[in-house]
Amino acid sequence: MKKILSAFLISTAILFTTGCGAEEDDANVVIVYNWGEYIDPEMLEQFEEETGIRVIYDEFETNETMYPKVEIGAAEYDVVCPSDYMISKMIQNDLLMELDFERLPNAKQNIGTQYWQQSEGFDPGNRYSVPYCWGTVGILYNKTMVDEPITSWAQLWDEKYRDEILMQDSVRDAFMVAEKIYGYSMNTLDEKELSAAKDALIAQKPLVQAYVIDQVRDKMIGGEAAIGVIYSGEAIYTKYENSDLEYVIPEEGTNVWIDSWVILKNAPHKENAEKFIDFMCRSDVALKNFEYITYSTPNEAAKALIEDEEIRNSPIAFPDLTQYDNLETYIYLGEEGDTLYNELWKEVKSY
Amino acid sequence: MKSKKHLLAAPYAAWAVIFIVVPLCMILYYGITDKQGAFTAENILAIASPGHARALWRSVLLSFVSTVICFLLAYPLAMILAAKKENNGSFIILIFILPMWMNFLLRTLAWQTLLEKTGVINSVLAFLGLPAMHMINTSSAIVLGMVYNFLPFMVLPLYNALSKIDDNVIHAAKDLGANKIQSFLHIILPLSVPGIISGVTMVFVPALTTFVISTLLGGSKVLLIGNVIEQEFTQASNWHLGSGLSIVLMIFILLNMVVTALFEKEET
Amino acid sequence: MPKTADFTKKIYVALIFIFLYAPIATLIVLSFNASKTRAKWGGFTMQWYVSLMQDETILDALGTTLLIALLSAFIAAIIGTVACIAMSGMKKKTRAVFMGVTNIPMLNADIVTGISLMLLFISLGLRFGFGTILLSHITFNIPYVILSVYPRMKQLNPSVYEAALDLGASPLTAFFRVTLPDLMPGILSGFLMAFTMSLDDFIITHFTKGSGINTLSTKIYTELRKGIKPEMYALSTIIFVTVLVLLILVNITPDKASKEKKNL
Repeated sequence: MKKILSAFLISTAILFTTGCGAEEDDANVVIVYNWGEYIDPEMLEQFEEETGIRVIYDEFETNETMYPKVEIGAAEYDVVCPSDYMISKMIQNDLLMELDFERLPNAKQNIGTQYWQQSEGFDPGNRYSVPYCWGTVGILYNKTMVDEPITSWAQLWDEKYRDEILMQDSVRDAFMVAEKIYGYSMNTLDEKELSAAKDALIAQKPLVQAYVIDQVRDKMIGGEAAIGVIYSGEAIYTKYENSDLEYVIPEEGTNVWIDSWVILKNAPHKENAEKFIDFMCRSDVALKNFEYITYSTPNEAAKALIEDEEIRNSPIAFPDLTQYDNLETYIYLGEEGDTLYNELWKEVKSY
Repeated sequence: MKSKKHLLAAPYAAWAVIFIVVPLCMILYYGITDKQGAFTAENILAIASPGHARALWRSVLLSFVSTVICFLLAYPLAMILAAKKENNGSFIILIFILPMWMNFLLRTLAWQTLLEKTGVINSVLAFLGLPAMHMINTSSAIVLGMVYNFLPFMVLPLYNALSKIDDNVIHAAKDLGANKIQSFLHIILPLSVPGIISGVTMVFVPALTTFVISTLLGGSKVLLIGNVIEQEFTQASNWHLGSGLSIVLMIFILLNMVVTALFEKEET
Repeated sequence: MPKTADFTKKIYVALIFIFLYAPIATLIVLSFNASKTRAKWGGFTMQWYVSLMQDETILDALGTTLLIALLSAFIAAIIGTVACIAMSGMKKKTRAVFMGVTNIPMLNADIVTGISLMLLFISLGLRFGFGTILLSHITFNIPYVILSVYPRMKQLNPSVYEAALDLGASPLTAFFRVTLPDLMPGILSGFLMAFTMSLDDFIITHFTKGSGINTLSTKIYTELRKGIKPEMYALSTIIFVTVLVLLILVNITPDKASKEKKNL
């Protein structure tokens, strides 16, 4: 009995160690957790070539799916790229490492001051995050499939676009749209306002073709839907692929977001993580990334290198935010606020 | 000798305890405690909240419909295949497993391509001058996805049960004057009950708990209980609620097993 | 009359086959589509098959998937077979308990199995990665092995084994020479079933995988968001065609043999 058991245990143990050994190469790696297709893969290769640090790369779909994985700590990560409100949640829950900007010279030099100022909202004192991309949330529509130009969130409630509307399948973005048509803040915790927003979303549901995240890109290009809620970075790419598409920032105002690099407090490869972030802030690298993912870069040095004047002055990629007086950025609503939003969102989705 | 045989059970027993029993106990533990670790029934009772109850009801409904459709499609098929047993029945059975080698997610995604507004089926309809059909992002599309993905799980047990029936029994019934329908109702159907039970379970359970099919073919418009549980764990990071709802799900699966077992007793 | 019945039967089987294989045909067609988006047909191309060979992330995922499927099916086959032998010598009640526990992963929802394993691994403090995926796959594979080996075990004639012992064979030799060959078809079909299940699993892997490791399923799930890379269609087509060809080869050979026998 003992022999069999011990033989069994030993063999599984061996398997286990060989299994783990195959991936665990502690020496010189950096583990990056980023949004899907949010980097030029060639830049990862270039980073590996220049520094000799191997990149282990993993992707997430929404801030909400990223957070539990990082919080549990079962899967180790060094560098993550969350959005504004999620960064403040991570700071509050003590998940992030304070950055030493002496070791991030490119970041200090190349990122525009306005983006540092904007970051103060969720990262007071700019201690934890380095801006990577930014943008707005707006409406992408197909000029050939609508009768009039789309200018307002309210048009997403127009009966004539039944089954032609794509909404975002994430709590904050969906509620933002409903809150904005009433002129509420997108960070409201007022019960009356939230319940009005919820009812609006339920009323809208029969008109919605699907709740999607990144699939909105493919569907709009393919002409599956006439109107979709989309991040500005995707809009540039979709316009390349299908010239009938137009992006607009609705008149009720919208969310201005920043996705920033952060280093986790329990990161096993902190130094490599710093090298990685600083590499991504180099102007030539930021330019390549911008050209590949088409999301607006806060890297002023990279922006200056963009050759195509039309893109450099594009109102989609680099809108003049001073034109608008109703832009907001999400803030972290606290655990109770999160739960409240989640409950309401489940009610909308299950209706 | 016999005592030695007992020892051979040790590896599997250890495995089953560590990887099957203990994890389930952990779900139970999370399900009946709150974030502070105090015992509570709240997570399980949360199933009664309007959002959850609707999601559960819809899951039960859709998986029930899918199971019935699977059964109605698979039974005649299994009978036809079982009748061919001298030939290469096994080859035909393998043909049913073969689609599984094409990834589950890709297969379901392919249905999306077929059913979409600008998809393959509607393109064919337009070519024939017929009006387009609205198929994607509906409950029916989800049922279709369930039937498609789980049909083999119904066909295989039915085929196994039916091909084991001794032809002589059927011949005997015929000799005794039973017509085709009588011999089907009184002999073939009762003898295939074990196959029906395992087929029904193998379809109903995954259909009840899926979250992928509803996301891909329902456009996230139809929230199933599987989606709720998945989101509690991966997005809301409320494991206690997720575990509580999982317990409810397990109760439903147990209920399904009890019902089918009762059905089995009645039949025999 | 029998002819029309035969005809309807054939039509029926054919319709079901169309239903089963329509999406697969779609995927194969997409693998030759020059346009990157699913929605448009941009002409015939082989370029995805070429770029597949250079796509390391997909090839890595393929390697991981196959390795996990092979290892988990193999280990499950050993543990499962040993368990079957043990169960054959058990009292009825003990055996019922064993069978009951075995049935849990089969009957339980994948999502619950996956989550429960995730909770276990977290509390054990294991690092999520290859090891945790492998352990999970072995766990849900063992039942498939047991359920296909045990019925054969019951059909075994114990007197053959005993005769071997009487003739002076050691229990081990008797097992390897007599019992194992008889069990082999069951073990093989259990192994194949386990391999297939492991290959096709998404949900359990989704909950037990760690950073930087992907099986094909989880890789596809990540890609679903931004649109599947056409290389993935190409890879699936290759896998599918390989398996199909293997199946046809394996099945044609014994068929011919039996026909020849009949002719004799």
